[in-house]
Amino acid sequence: MSGRGLKQLSILTALVLIAGFALVFFWVPMDADQGFKQKIFYLHVPLAIVALCGFIAGGVEGFRHLRSGDRRHDANSYVFIHLSVVFGVATLITGCLWAKASWGHFWVWDEPTLVSFLIVFLLYCTYYPFRYAIEDRDRQARYASVFAIMAGAFVPLNFMAVRMAESLIHPRVFATSGGGLPGSMMFTFLVCLVGVALLWVTLVKLELLGKQTSGQVSKLRRALEAQGFGGGEETSGTVGRRIAPNLEAQ
Amino acid sequence: MTPSRQAFMAVVGKDLRIELRTMRSLPAMVLFAVTTFIIFRFGLDRTALSGSLASGVVWTTLLFAAVLGINRIFLAEREEGGFDAFRLAPVDRAVLFAAKAAVLFLYLAVLELIVIPVFAVFFLQEWSGLLPLIVILMATNLGFAALGTLISSMAVNSRARDLLVPLLLLPLVVPLMIAATSATAPLLDVGGPSYDKFGTWLLVLGLYDGIFCLVGYAVFDFLLED
Repeated sequence: MSGRGLKQLSILTALVLIAGFALVFFWVPMDADQGFKQKIFYLHVPLAIVALCGFIAGGVEGFRHLRSGDRRHDANSYVFIHLSVVFGVATLITGCLWAKASWGHFWVWDEPTLVSFLIVFLLYCTYYPFRYAIEDRDRQARYASVFAIMAGAFVPLNFMAVRMAESLIHPRVFATSGGGLPGSMMFTFLVCLVGVALLWVTLVKLELLGKQTSGQVSKLRRALEAQGFGGGEETSGTVGRRIAPNLEAQ
Repeated sequence: MTPSRQAFMAVVGKDLRIELRTMRSLPAMVLFAVTTFIIFRFGLDRTALSGSLASGVVWTTLLFAAVLGINRIFLAEREEGGFDAFRLAPVDRAVLFAAKAAVLFLYLAVLELIVIPVFAVFFLQEWSGLLPLIVILMATNLGFAALGTLISSMAVNSRARDLLVPLLLLPLVVPLMIAATSATAPLLDVGGPSYDKFGTWLLVLGLYDGIFCLVGYAVFDFLLED
């Protein structure tokens, strides 16, 4: 993935997000029951949906890595999961705030979606210690892909089990057919969802570009070191240190 | 006998023989479980347990005892080069997964055979729920075995092996624990067992077992590659 289109994408993301929040604050009607507090819904739910989709997409990329052996898929899988974990933190924080505002407690145990999300989040947090505990690069990529597939399969299973175990008090806004949500709210929600999804894609592209660039830099540095080592009379330990300042001076 | 089954029997036989001669997993698991019961007796300050409390104590204890076993299931392979030997053998690699899962299943079954009666003697007043409990135990063991083998084979080749097994395993077994504890709680009620949603939870256990057996079978090849 190259950096082309990143600028346009960033601008589009900013525009959609601004439009979404403008709709949230100035246009969409107040919730009859919860009032202004309910507006966090337009941030919390898109974050959660995008994070979960990102986890599943990470599993799919892991699967593609195992099938093809192409390291780019592993990098994708890593970045997808990484950003979804970041979005997951935001989801949990906004979820806690909403729970405090509407139910009076920061944490409500008999609310299946919050609990399942926490379990999934904790599982994906172990992705980092697991990945970096494996030294061999190929094995690391392969094992991380296995983890991504396994965890991806676990996400829906976990949601089902937790939902079965708990009483259902979470506001089920989409469950009632014919729309529990009025048209204006649904429209605003969709704009926010698209905005958050675009934000995720932008950050993914940025992160991948950063990884690619640092990979290229270290490749170039190695090439330079090899040249310096071939022509110079320095010992290998000083080569890197001698070349790096030169690069900056030029 | 097909080569796969021969290999399966050979690995299972080897592991059971090692366990019988060295006794390095099972006694530790049993001791751990019994000591944990004593800690629960004082931690909860109860001399008798029933319902969801009894079910929670049983499953928490079994889970942590299982972690001890899961940690060690691939130890011999790693230390004595068993992985290389298996990679050289002309058999399907999924056989190793199946064999290790079977061994883990047997360990857990033996553990429960000893520990559940001890639990009953310590805490239970009504024993008639123990017979249907066997079904739940078997279904949960299968899930533990499949997932534990998978996790253990992932963690055994990393630096932080002992740390990673519980770290990876605990979030993944939450659905299994939900189903197992919810199915067990009505069985251990004071007034004798009732079968509230027994079938539904058994179905969830079966689904979980099925998914992780399939995932394990599908990805195990990649974990064994070098």
